[in-house]
Parts: sequence; structure tokens; C-alpha cells
Amino acid sequence: MASPVEQFEIKEIVSFGTIGDAPIAFTNSGLYMLVVVGLILGVMSVATRNVALIPNRWQAFGETLYEFVANMLRDAAGKEGMTFFPLVFSLFLFVLVGNLVGMVPGAFTITSHIIVTFALAMVVIGTVVIYGFAKHGTHFLGLFVPSGVPGWLLPFITLIEVISFLSRPISLSLRLFANMLAGHIALKVFAGFIVSLLAAGGAAAVLSPLPLLMTFAMVGFEIFVAALQAYVFAVLTCIYLNDALHPGH
Amino acid sequence: METEVITAAGDAYKYLGAGLAAIGMGLAAIGVGNIFGNFLSGALRNPSASDGQFARAFIGAALAEGLGIFCLVVALVLLFVA
Repeated sequence: MASPVEQFEIKEIVSFGTIGDAPIAFTNSGLYMLVVVGLILGVMSVATRNVALIPNRWQAFGETLYEFVANMLRDAAGKEGMTFFPLVFSLFLFVLVGNLVGMVPGAFTITSHIIVTFALAMVVIGTVVIYGFAKHGTHFLGLFVPSGVPGWLLPFITLIEVISFLSRPISLSLRLFANMLAGHIALKVFAGFIVSLLAAGGAAAVLSPLPLLMTFAMVGFEIFVAALQAYVFAVLTCIYLNDALHPGH
Repeated sequence: METEVITAAGDAYKYLGAGLAAIGMGLAAIGVGNIFGNFLSGALRNPSASDGQFARAFIGAALAEGLGIFCLVVALVLLFVA
């Protein structure tokens, strides 16, 4: 039986040769990213066509998505946080649609590769650092020095704050990546049980509907997790952006 | 012959390590259960306030779950990479 991690293999579709030892190619990962972006652009352009005061179904769908992300951003970062709405909306939709496309049987999950999620997380943290320094200058460093802490405790608290800030891109990317990876591996393992039980024959084959039911339930759960992780990614993005806007504790 | 024994033992330690790392995921499960259990008991006492705190419960759950996920990554690295 195929290994459960085989589904995450990156295959070259069109190769453009190599730079040094690194192959330059159009891969299935790139193809699915284009599919995801195409889906988002397609649905959103249908939703914003024939805009009317009384929305049709597509427009209502687009407005629901907009309001959902806008409320999330306003709650976490206040009104001035809306500057970052395009960033948060794009990230949320890319992760959400990427996760959901991955749930299509046989499809490749772009967010199951840590380099993809880490790049997205670095975009967020890079924005926080650059915007924080551009807007507040050195005052942005006050993020690491909370007020109202006893003097002897301050060096330790500052150290902890610095470490917690540095671990943000890692935890943000690892959470999304590992959730997707673990979910797809678990699905594959349970689906493998069906095949093994059927191949065993006899009394074991009678039991094979049990892992089938489990796989069925897990697909539903994984779709929920896919949406939840996109939401968590977007909410944490909003919270981190709030630090760039209001660095004081 | 000698090297075969050593690699077999190394594999055994790998699987033992992966199993030990999985214990951490159970601990993270306790944390996530605590968050949602306390959220629910709070929400049942004051249902009108529960909608506003719903997102916060999920953020807390995501942060607690993330630590369990780190354990899973350690286990997966031991099984498939190292």
C-alpha cells in the first residue's frame, strides 16, 4: 500500500532546467495555487458584477465574506486596522480556499507544505515589523517592555516578550501546516484500513464498512477544521497587526 | 550483521520517541477541553455574553492546540524524516 505521506509529493509538470542544484519547474503545487486564486477571482468577480442595492445571491455571498473579515479585523485592531483589510482578506480567502480545495479527493493541498504557510506567516510578521517601525519608530520597541512591571523583573519579561514575538511566525505557520498534514494523513490511514480489511477477506471483510463510516465522519470533521484553521490564521493575523498599530501595553 | 542490529535498535528508539511525543498531544487535548468546558459553563450562566466571547474561545483553543501540534510534528519528523 502507498505511504500516507505520498499525497504530499511535489511533482514537476513543466521543467525549466536548474539554477545550480535547485530545479526550476512548474509543479502541481503551483498549479493548485493558480486554481485557488482562479476560484477566488472567479467567485469574487461574479459577486461584484451587477451590484445592486438589493443583492442577488452571489453578491450576498461576497458581502457576507467581506463583513465577516471586516468585523474580525475591527474587533481585534480597531477602526484604523481597516488599512490592512486587503491583506487579511486575501490571506483568509487564500488559506480557506486552499484548505477546502485540498479536501477534494485526489487534489493537492497547498497549505500542507510548511514552506507555503511559513511564507504567508512571514508576510504577516514582515508587515507588522515594517509598519510598526515606519509608524512608531523606536517607540515600536515598547511592545517588548510592558509598563507597570517591577524593575528587577523587567529584563526577564522583556526576554520572554522577545522570544514570544520571534516564535509567532513559527507557531502561526506550523499550526496551519500541521493541522492540514495530520488531517490528511489520518484520512489516508483510515482509508487504508478499508483496503486492508477487504483484502484480508472472510470475517475481516465484513468489518470493512466500519472504517468507511469513520472516514466519512472524518471528511466532515476535516472540512470543519479547514474552515476553522483559515479563521484562526486570519484572527491571529489581526491580533498581530494590532500590535503594529498600538504597540503600547 | 552488527550494523543491522544497530539500525534495528535505532528504528525502535525512533518509534518509542514518536510514541512519547504523542503523549503531549493528549495533554494539549486536556487544555482544549478545559477551554471549551469553561467557555460552555460560562456561556450557560450568561448566555447573552457568550456570542461576544465565542471568537476568543476559539483563539485560546487554537493556541493550546498549537502546542499539541508541535508534539505531532516531532513525532512525524521522527517517523518520516529523521
